[in-house]
Amino acid sequence: MTATAAPQAPVKSRAANKARSAHIRGRIGLVFYLVLLLLPIYWLVNMSFKTNTEILSGLSFFPQNFTLENYAKIFTDPTWYMGYVNSVIYVSMNMVISLLVALPAAYAFSRYKFVGDKHMFFWLLSNRMAPPAVFLLPFFQLYSSIGLFDTHIAVALAHCLFNVPLAVWILEGFMSGVPREIDETAYIDGYTFPRFFVRIFIPLIRSGIGVTAFFCFMFSWVELLLARTLTSVDAKPISAIMTRTVSASGMDWGLLAAAGVLTILPGLLVVYFVRNHVAKGFALGRV
Amino acid sequence: MNKVENNKAWFLVLPVFAIVAFSAIIPLMTVVNYSVQDIFDPQTRYFVGTEWFKMVMTDSDLHGALLRQFIFSFTILAIEIPLGIAVALMMPTKGRGASLALILVAIPLLIPWNVVGTIWQIFGRGDIGLFGAAMNGLGIDYNYASNPMHAWLTVVLMDVWHWTPLVALLCYSGLRAIPEVYYQAARIDRASRWAVFRYIQLPKLTNVLIIGVLLRFMDSFMIYAEPFVLTGGGPGTSTTFLSQSLVTQAIGQFDLGPAAAFSLVYFLIILAVCWVFYTTIMNMQKDK
Repeated sequence: MTATAAPQAPVKSRAANKARSAHIRGRIGLVFYLVLLLLPIYWLVNMSFKTNTEILSGLSFFPQNFTLENYAKIFTDPTWYMGYVNSVIYVSMNMVISLLVALPAAYAFSRYKFVGDKHMFFWLLSNRMAPPAVFLLPFFQLYSSIGLFDTHIAVALAHCLFNVPLAVWILEGFMSGVPREIDETAYIDGYTFPRFFVRIFIPLIRSGIGVTAFFCFMFSWVELLLARTLTSVDAKPISAIMTRTVSASGMDWGLLAAAGVLTILPGLLVVYFVRNHVAKGFALGRV
Repeated sequence: MNKVENNKAWFLVLPVFAIVAFSAIIPLMTVVNYSVQDIFDPQTRYFVGTEWFKMVMTDSDLHGALLRQFIFSFTILAIEIPLGIAVALMMPTKGRGASLALILVAIPLLIPWNVVGTIWQIFGRGDIGLFGAAMNGLGIDYNYASNPMHAWLTVVLMDVWHWTPLVALLCYSGLRAIPEVYYQAARIDRASRWAVFRYIQLPKLTNVLIIGVLLRFMDSFMIYAEPFVLTGGGPGTSTTFLSQSLVTQAIGQFDLGPAAAFSLVYFLIILAVCWVFYTTIMNMQKDK
């Protein structure tokens, strides 16, 4: 026993050492990547707490004259903070619309075969591929002609172009993971379809709905081109206000940085809530 | 899963069909309509047939934009895919570190696209930006606003910064789906780190990688807001990609006909490439 165990021990520990050093190298690499990733964001946050004179007078890694003036300006000036309100309104509307229409459709795709289902699915996906620039002008004319120009609902509907197909795709993945037997048992128990869907099925795919909502939020929040084209005053999103105000008032770098930092916060909040489910959403390969 | 044949399922799909048709088919038909007409004002318009398409096909500016677009898309794919895999392999799988790494890596994805442009606009400037100042400090006369090569490299760098996290998250979740037994078997066989990657992890990642490539190709082909804010397409036309030239033509010069013809060609290119990807994915899933 001892004779065979002895020569093996060094081999084992060498392998363990090798694994440990690979592990440590991995950690160092990851930290290195994360530092590079966060550097531009750190610079933005750093800048948002500086006065313009300080920004232009040279580089400093921490604000010398720490100021909240830039943030104060955004929170007191309605033309600024209404931009955030507008963005949040149309993003929420889009999220609700996308989920409401996508839920039944995803159920149909995951449970039934019907005429043209595959073509329908590819056609839906092809809209995720359409460059928004292609639809710019027609959208503008369409929404102007039905009197929806410069309303929140116009942007919410326009963003449905890419968010509804995405929502159907993600939800279909989650729903296919729910065994059919559950549906059949519910029908035997006398549930009608709507009651079954709301009371039993939706609670089963809660995390899927959370992930879908997250992606709808994300893609609607970051989009600029359509949101900017379909609005002028009343529903103008914050990202569009940023581009315009910058060119109007010269370069107010501190204010610009503060506005940028504030656009990152909602995303952080949302990703924090779905952090445990988001990997699963990606795992279905459905983004 | 066995699916039941039931054409009534169409009723469930109908709302989606209606809402997507409203925002896709009507505008698309408008574009088709414009692409065959010469429009002076809403009342005065002439049918011109395929003239605009001929013009678009021979327009050297657009050829330039298309070429730049392909070079750009392939460059960022060549960088982002391997880098994303590497990051995913390094991310911790358990505990608080995993959640933290996940959130940190996801940050760039949640920033509005034009703010990404703004961040890099500030970050890359020689006078007030850390990156620009660092490059100048290294003795490189770096200026993305006047040097076309620097502008192009900055746009590539920005895109890598912005989108590598998506590839990383996709691969991360793909890796999480590999059962622990596979690794145990590899340990018993004393497989090297490389062998584990080559024969266990990479094959399992194929599916998510195809989707990653598809998404990155599609989205980089539509890139607009980031270079628009960073360089405005310049200097010259060095960072003018397809969406940028389309928007300039449609909104800037208001050339509706040519812009519409251009839109259709643009859309068809993306559709063709994506159809190839989609069929490949579907066939691969069928094989399993």
